[in-house]
Amino acid sequence: MPEYQNIFTRVQVRAPAHPGVPLGRSTWVRQGDPFFVHLFGRFGDAQVGPFYLGWLGLASLLCGFIAIEIIGLNMWASVNWDPVQFVRQLPWLALEPPPPAYGLRLPPLNEGGWWLMAGFFLTCSILLWWLRMYRRARVLGMGTHVAWAFAAAIWLYLVLGFFRPVLMGSWGEAVPFGIFPHLDWTAAFSLRYGNLFYNPFHMLSIVFLYGSTLLFAMHGATILAVTRLGGEREIEQITDRGTASERAALFWRWTMGFNATMESIHRWAWWFAVLCPLTGGIGILLTGTAVDNWFLWAVKHGVAPPLPQVFPPVPDPAQLTMGVTQ
Amino acid sequence: MKAFRSLAIAAVALTTLLAGCERPPVDMVQRGFRGTGMAQVYNPRTVDAQLALHQAPEAIPPAAPGGPAGSTIYQNVQVLGDLSVAEFTRTMVAMTAWVAPNEGCAYCHAGANFASDEKYAKVVARRMLQMTKHLNTDWKDHVAETGVTCYTCHRGQPVPAKIWFKDPGPKTAAGPAGTRAGQNAPADSVALSSLPFDPFTPFLKEESSIRVAGTTALPEGNRQSIKQTEWTYGLMMHFSDSLGVNCTYCHNSRAFSDWNQSPPQRATAWYGIRMVRDLNNAYLEPLGPTYPKERLGMTGDAPKANCSTCHQGAYKPLYGAAMAKDYPALHGAAPAKVAEKK
Repeated sequence: MPEYQNIFTRVQVRAPAHPGVPLGRSTWVRQGDPFFVHLFGRFGDAQVGPFYLGWLGLASLLCGFIAIEIIGLNMWASVNWDPVQFVRQLPWLALEPPPPAYGLRLPPLNEGGWWLMAGFFLTCSILLWWLRMYRRARVLGMGTHVAWAFAAAIWLYLVLGFFRPVLMGSWGEAVPFGIFPHLDWTAAFSLRYGNLFYNPFHMLSIVFLYGSTLLFAMHGATILAVTRLGGEREIEQITDRGTASERAALFWRWTMGFNATMESIHRWAWWFAVLCPLTGGIGILLTGTAVDNWFLWAVKHGVAPPLPQVFPPVPDPAQLTMGVTQ
Repeated sequence: MKAFRSLAIAAVALTTLLAGCERPPVDMVQRGFRGTGMAQVYNPRTVDAQLALHQAPEAIPPAAPGGPAGSTIYQNVQVLGDLSVAEFTRTMVAMTAWVAPNEGCAYCHAGANFASDEKYAKVVARRMLQMTKHLNTDWKDHVAETGVTCYTCHRGQPVPAKIWFKDPGPKTAAGPAGTRAGQNAPADSVALSSLPFDPFTPFLKEESSIRVAGTTALPEGNRQSIKQTEWTYGLMMHFSDSLGVNCTYCHNSRAFSDWNQSPPQRATAWYGIRMVRDLNNAYLEPLGPTYPKERLGMTGDAPKANCSTCHQGAYKPLYGAAMAKDYPALHGAAPAKVAEKK
């Protein structure tokens, strides 16, 4: 007989399919009969459906499809419609924003026009999906925490692709759509602006990113560790502390002298996750608009310490050879 | 059985994921202040594999001193005329061994008439001799006293392995979509990154601005774009790949643009850029009409040099072996000094 294990388990706990609470007044209804997929059950809930699409969902998917289509077809055209090369080179391929010379004007299609269009539809898709998320939470009588966490990610996305390019006066400042190309863009961004690691908002963003993983690991581990005492009922235990909650709390008080509660740990995790893109977005927005070289900024404000001179001083040869500024 | 299958799947997935990586361990050499990441990373297996490539050949025994000048015996000697006959012959023997060991004298010389300029290779070789003299005399900022010989680039091949042509990029579809914008192809020129694949034309032929980073803490008019930075970054990938070094060989890890904290190699590289630009414009590109079609690039341009042409993966070509000192023919004022140093 299979045994329930709480890290890797072969047991799927399955309840009869649940159609969901009544929807109230709505033009759309949930569609489709729910069914079960064993594989999905290995990762989450095995029940699939019923689905609620709605006007916002439909419009969002349509915009997303158009955006992906524009990006994908441009990538495919860039390998001369060769399907094999499309697959082989996919990580390198990209849809690039317009050359800086166009500023914020509308460029020809093949010089960034497609990029603007893809960006427009992708942004519409994301914003519509956000709205859908907010509305669905409201209809279910939930809080809107998920929607606002998503909004934090959208903030960073909009800073990179819209707010900052507009402030800089050039669409060319934005990120290309592509796997390696957007990573190379990131490195080039840091090179151009004097090392992003000296950007204090970048520092904060990293703190919240790594902090999120740490909190996630601590919380996930704690709950799994007390499942045999009923820890999976963590939400009930916010108000009604049971053995699991007591022991988890005691464990952390023993090991680090302090413990979160079943409620506050989720607040911590939510804020860490949300602050990661919020602070990151602020850091990006200030780069080039308010600060041009983060290293020099850090020197000016005493953030970057002077280090011992290891190499003999190297004068800039361009200063030695008059008239050459390369 | 099930566990075995899961393990097998995990093993295959892990292998696939890591297939593109170099096998550890690698050697790290610290060369800056502690804790700043100023380290050179060498893969000892790669270094071993390249060892043979970077060995300089033995020098030919010196020629007997004295004797008449070569130009009094041979016809049509335009560059090496003031060498003694013995030294002249020695230089020719060395050049054959360096450039055309299998083809022999006939690679450049037409039949029995060694004075004839019938073969294009001889005209090119003459110009290359002038170029080498110019290099060893006027570009000591880069080649120092080590200098270069034909072997530095040729390594026993009539056409050096590492040359470049203007690269129009891979073929894209006709019509209003699918531009590569000069980048986003897995190109060898930029170490298979997605950076602009021809950084040579703007930087090693033309004089486009390489410096992009801000020189002031706050914005004071530096309008260099991120796209421009990607071109510079592409050139730097070529540097790194050609010399087998990481960024910190020339740059300090915290402020790439700051000269005060840079290793001295950065200045050497700065002169190297100007040197290669000079060679490409004054010597290599003008040879275009001399070459037969099959030696030219896709856009009909002459083969040109970049860092890789001499370095071929080593921090110093031939690990800094001083070959040139044994060959007086490769030094001295070039008869026609063609370009100002810039």
